Amino acid sequence: MLTNSLVLGAAEAHGSNFNGGDIAFQLIMFLILMALLKKFAWGPLMGIMKQREDHIANEINSAEQSRTEAHQLVEEQRNLLKEARTEAQGLIENAKKQGDLQREEIIALARTEAERLKESAKLEIDQQKEKAVAAIREQVASLSVLIASKVIEKELSVEDQEKLINEYIQEGGR
Amino acid sequence: MNTVHHGAPLYHLDFFGITTITFNLANVLMITIASAIVFLIAVISTRRLAMKPTGMQNFFEWVMDFVKNIINSTMDWKDGGRFHILGITIIMYVFVSNMLGLPFSITYKGDLWWKSPTADPVVTLTLATLVVALSHYYGVKLKGFSSYGKEFFKPFWFMFPIKIIEEFANTLTLGLRLYGNIYAGEILLTLLSGTLASTVGGAFAAIVPMLAWQGFSVFVGAIQAFIFCMLTMVYLSHKVSSDH
Repeated sequence: MLTNSLVLGAAEAHGSNFNGGDIAFQLIMFLILMALLKKFAWGPLMGIMKQREDHIANEINSAEQSRTEAHQLVEEQRNLLKEARTEAQGLIENAKKQGDLQREEIIALARTEAERLKESAKLEIDQQKEKAVAAIREQVASLSVLIASKVIEKELSVEDQEKLINEYIQEGGR
Repeated sequence: MNTVHHGAPLYHLDFFGITTITFNLANVLMITIASAIVFLIAVISTRRLAMKPTGMQNFFEWVMDFVKNIINSTMDWKDGGRFHILGITIIMYVFVSNMLGLPFSITYKGDLWWKSPTADPVVTLTLATLVVALSHYYGVKLKGFSSYGKEFFKPFWFMFPIKIIEEFANTLTLGLRLYGNIYAGEILLTLLSGTLASTVGGAFAAIVPMLAWQGFSVFVGAIQAFIFCMLTMVYLSHKVSSDH
């Protein structure tokens, strides 16, 4: 009665018995296996694959971000460098200008000082000269009076004499 | 021919006196073993999950990717994503089942105990029926009953009988293709080891064709597992996808 033939009817060779046992067992086992696989393998693996996907996406994003950041930093540094250079240039220029100005000022100051000194010296000299001349004139006048009075003793009064001599000296002093 | 055909260890369960349900205990055993092996593979490969996959995790991820590619080749991932776990289970279970009968077969008291569970038409047709039933279920669930029903009258109304026949033909071919390939392989292996190798000289003569046929059977088993999974997805996509 058993499966003694190769024909497809082998399953029906069981006679009147319903061979649902194998069918039911296969179905149940398959469903159980599927549920187990889903719980123990598929779920965790899908989770980790998703995690990996996210991780890679994140890494790519962050790499992109750091790249742009680095780019930005380089740009910033370059700008700063350029700024610093122009600033230094400006400083040097300024210092040079300032130095020039200062030199000019100092020279001008020295010049005016010198001028002032010269002026005052000249003034002094003039004053001294005048003083000296006045002193000499006085001396000469009194000496001449003395001499004249010695020479012409009583002919002339002292006032007349003095007046006369002063006239002469005035003329002579010219 | 008697050496080829072993008996089956049948167990009759009296179902409340209404009918008798028959269990082929060899099938029960081998189905359990195949399921256990698949489950073990899955557990071992996911025991230590890491972002950087190694060893068995790599293998299982490869299987998942493989099935994903099969699904993607037949339908949209938006529709087919729900069948991913079904495909993984089918391809692993069928492959392991096909391999089980290759290294040896065990007969005890004239009953064949160790064999491929897929070398029995009951098992393969059960799987095929499950697949086709699932395809109808998801066809109704995803497209609605009316558009599911209209598919039977396309492209012409008189195609209806052919479409009905097609459904049964699909089920039969899906199950019997797998059964035929694996059963034939086992028959030949049994013949080689049982008939040819009954004498010492015959045993030596049988070694080379045994090795060759076992290698070929590994190939056939892998191909059949792939085909079963592929056709499952094709049938599902026919019912589920709207562009067919």
